[in-house]
Amino acid sequence: MLVNRWVKRLVPFMAMMMLFLTGCNFELAGALEPKGPVAEKQLEMILLSLGIMGVVLLVVFVLFFWAIARFRRKPGQNEIPEQIEGNHKLEATWTIIPIVLLLIIAIPTVALTFDLEEEAQATEGDGTLVIKVAAKQFWWEFNYPEDGIVTAQEVYIPVGEKVVFELAATDVQHSFWVPELGGKKDTNVGTKNINHLYLEADYPGIYKGKCAELCGAGHALMDFKVHALEQADYDAWKADMLEPAAVTAETELGAELFGTNCISCHAIEPNGLSWGPNLNGFADRDFIGGFRVNNTENLVGWIKDPTSKDYGKPGVTMPGFEGVLSDDEINEIVKYLQSLN
Amino acid sequence: MAHAHAHAHTKRYSGFMDWITTVDHKKIGILYLVAGGFFFLVAGLEAILIRLQLAYPMNGFLDAQSFNELVTMHGTTMLFLAALPILFGFFNYIIPLQIGARDVAFPFLNSLGFWTFFFGGVLLNLGFFTGNVPDSGWTAYPPLSTEFSPGQGMDFYSIGLQLAGIGTLVGGINFIVTIVNMRAPGMTMMRMPLFTWTAFITSILIVFAFSAFAVGLLMMTFDRLFGGNFFDPSTGGNVVLWQHIFWLFGHPEVYILILPAFGIISEIIPTFSRKRLFGYTSMVFATALIGFLGFMVWAHHMFTVGMGAVANTLFAIATMLIAVPTGIKIFNWIFTMWKGQITFNTANLFAVGFIPSFTIGGVTGVMLAVAAADYQYQDTYFVVAHFHYVIVGGTVHGIFAAFFYWFPKMFGKKLNEVLGKLTFWLFLIGFNLTFFIQHWLGLIGMPRRVYTYLDGQTGWNEMNYISTVGAIAMGVATIILLINVIITVRKPKDAPDDVWEDGRTLEWAVSSPPPEYNFKQTPLVRGLDGWWLEKRAGKTAMTPAEPVGPIHMPNGSILPLIMSIGLFIAGLGIMYHQTLVAIGGFGILVVCMILRSLIDDPGYHIEPEQLEGKGVKA
Repeated sequence: MLVNRWVKRLVPFMAMMMLFLTGCNFELAGALEPKGPVAEKQLEMILLSLGIMGVVLLVVFVLFFWAIARFRRKPGQNEIPEQIEGNHKLEATWTIIPIVLLLIIAIPTVALTFDLEEEAQATEGDGTLVIKVAAKQFWWEFNYPEDGIVTAQEVYIPVGEKVVFELAATDVQHSFWVPELGGKKDTNVGTKNINHLYLEADYPGIYKGKCAELCGAGHALMDFKVHALEQADYDAWKADMLEPAAVTAETELGAELFGTNCISCHAIEPNGLSWGPNLNGFADRDFIGGFRVNNTENLVGWIKDPTSKDYGKPGVTMPGFEGVLSDDEINEIVKYLQSLN
Repeated sequence: MAHAHAHAHTKRYSGFMDWITTVDHKKIGILYLVAGGFFFLVAGLEAILIRLQLAYPMNGFLDAQSFNELVTMHGTTMLFLAALPILFGFFNYIIPLQIGARDVAFPFLNSLGFWTFFFGGVLLNLGFFTGNVPDSGWTAYPPLSTEFSPGQGMDFYSIGLQLAGIGTLVGGINFIVTIVNMRAPGMTMMRMPLFTWTAFITSILIVFAFSAFAVGLLMMTFDRLFGGNFFDPSTGGNVVLWQHIFWLFGHPEVYILILPAFGIISEIIPTFSRKRLFGYTSMVFATALIGFLGFMVWAHHMFTVGMGAVANTLFAIATMLIAVPTGIKIFNWIFTMWKGQITFNTANLFAVGFIPSFTIGGVTGVMLAVAAADYQYQDTYFVVAHFHYVIVGGTVHGIFAAFFYWFPKMFGKKLNEVLGKLTFWLFLIGFNLTFFIQHWLGLIGMPRRVYTYLDGQTGWNEMNYISTVGAIAMGVATIILLINVIITVRKPKDAPDDVWEDGRTLEWAVSSPPPEYNFKQTPLVRGLDGWWLEKRAGKTAMTPAEPVGPIHMPNGSILPLIMSIGLFIAGLGIMYHQTLVAIGGFGILVVCMILRSLIDDPGYHIEPEQLEGKGVKA
């Protein structure tokens, strides 16, 4: 029956359409919400290639669905259809048109790829801010050699200025990615493979960074943040970092305990490189370990066991201090850390 | 040549012994299908566990280490132990039939190929029983896979795959020689079925690509076990070297997976449209071009490594070029159906369903080729979505289509159509539900190979949940397929030779299943779709190219099984630094090779009186 036949055809089709539409009702974010010129140009290329490929998809789908709807074998139809060998004109058409479409995509691809590479070759000599990134299992070290500042997990940049990140890893391969500001580049192990990545933020804000190369158990939680500040605020941040907080009577015991237990891995001088993250300015960081909210409870939990399910993350090489230090001692250290601003 | 036993007339082994000693391409094909099918279920289960963990943010179902292990094993098992062996199963069973031959060129080697694959697969998975599972991704990038994986996990990977790879190389060589040398009279290269053509090009890709991989694995084994420094920068090595060698293999590998699927649907769509393949010459040429270009694009997996703009743009353009021959094929399939008379049984549903699914994967491939944009896509769920669309929408659809299409030829009965259609629709819906949404997830910032994700990232929770629901649907569809096989096994054999009535190629001119010797008399082929041509000329059988005579058959041999066990033992010995065990294992291999070389086995003959039916005098 006619209705029956159309129901059988439409229902699966509608089900499929519903599935495709499930992708269409969420907020834009990441690469789809560019906050800087690099990400914007990359989104343009994404949309250009999507648009052209969308046309191809449309043509294929129209022909395809027409063919399967129109040429079904009818009951009683027994004569052999004409055995068509091919058609040279059609072959030429669907060879040449795709080549043309690909040219339209290829030319801006080449241009943008060279452009981004050229921008990334800028050095401090040109007045460009170059920040050295050292990726480690499972955190990020940021070194401003010109300014004498070493920090971790949260990197600060000025708005509207070109920044070149010099990328390297010390243990395994990682990849440095801030989707809202631009695409990623790998942090390679080995001095011959140091990479340079050009990024720029158009607006002040805090941008999420992620590790984008499987690097072990802690890969999923190796988040970092990019703080883009207006020039004045950025300069203020730098000045702040260069004036570490003084130890007070309140924090004296904590500082002492820190010196005995923590300083072998965690530097607190403004330009100190250490095995673990530099904790200068730690009190101003939003997160512990890249993703745990920086509050007292989480900090105590982290220090007790940085690999715990509730307060830590897997794969962390920092030892836990539960049982090594008393609760009071840990609280003193926490008080000290919360004074580092 | 001296005959040790003059004119034996019976097979040496039967029953279980027959199966483990067989050198018959049909039985080896079934062994590949069963073993590959088993690993497909294992890898599918791993996928479901992965998706269950990702259904909720900060989920505790799997810890990070277990998740990384499952992600690694899912990819490795699916690609090396499921997809390729299943395709080999179809190559093995069908190609000699399609070219009018009685077996492959090297039957003993064929068996060796299967057993080395099988024991390689067992070795790869042995880690599950010792608690040391490979965990560095199927791509195994050093230094994570070398210095930072000190346990045996990645040794199971490097040595297990080395062993399985031997089987693949051997199979590739075998199919090349078979297709070049053993075609029936009248079957020129341009009269070969497209499935045979794609198997031929795939086999050439295998020989070159798997050789590169074998070298890379050897280098990794040396770095891990013997103090090598290939990938250690602190001693003069380079981590990126692995990536180049791996992807030099890895990219052709994915064409190795898709070309046979192209061949499969190039058989099924014409059969069920009752029309010849549109543009056969273009299809052959396009396949060859894809195979060739497939070796020119490997570094598009490395756009973010920092190779520089020149390298990145060259590889970007080469990658875009592959879209051209691929597009040619898509249009040729559509125009095969055009003005045909299409029947939609399960085999054809999967074959036809391939077209839109694979095309979606293909267009995201072109998007990924834009190097500068790939800096955003690389290592995110966008890539995961892309390759699952081409592999599941492509290769797996092809495999399911081939399964329903050739099952009655192999086992003498058709699979149940109602269950088959249910499998198709459930699988199609589940597959799209799981992977379409992952394009979006990748664009908004979700990297791949993450064991969990933070709560509060807009849309991530819902999208991951939907993705998981789709995976469950695919799992149910697969279970329904299993049930279908189980109930069909018990049915009587009732399939005619030309199961689908409109068969075009030679396998449909013999019984279902074919006799041990395939063709009583080697057929004479008059053109493309040789069987179809005979039918249109009013014939009910192929014209023979030779008189009826005794048919020479090879004897089975237990040696391939034992050689593979020897290599398995040697692999374990190497992994655990047990020199004597390793020497013992290699010793077993050498002894078997000596026995094979020195003992002459002339096989046996099937006499004309034993052949069913009466022969036609040539």
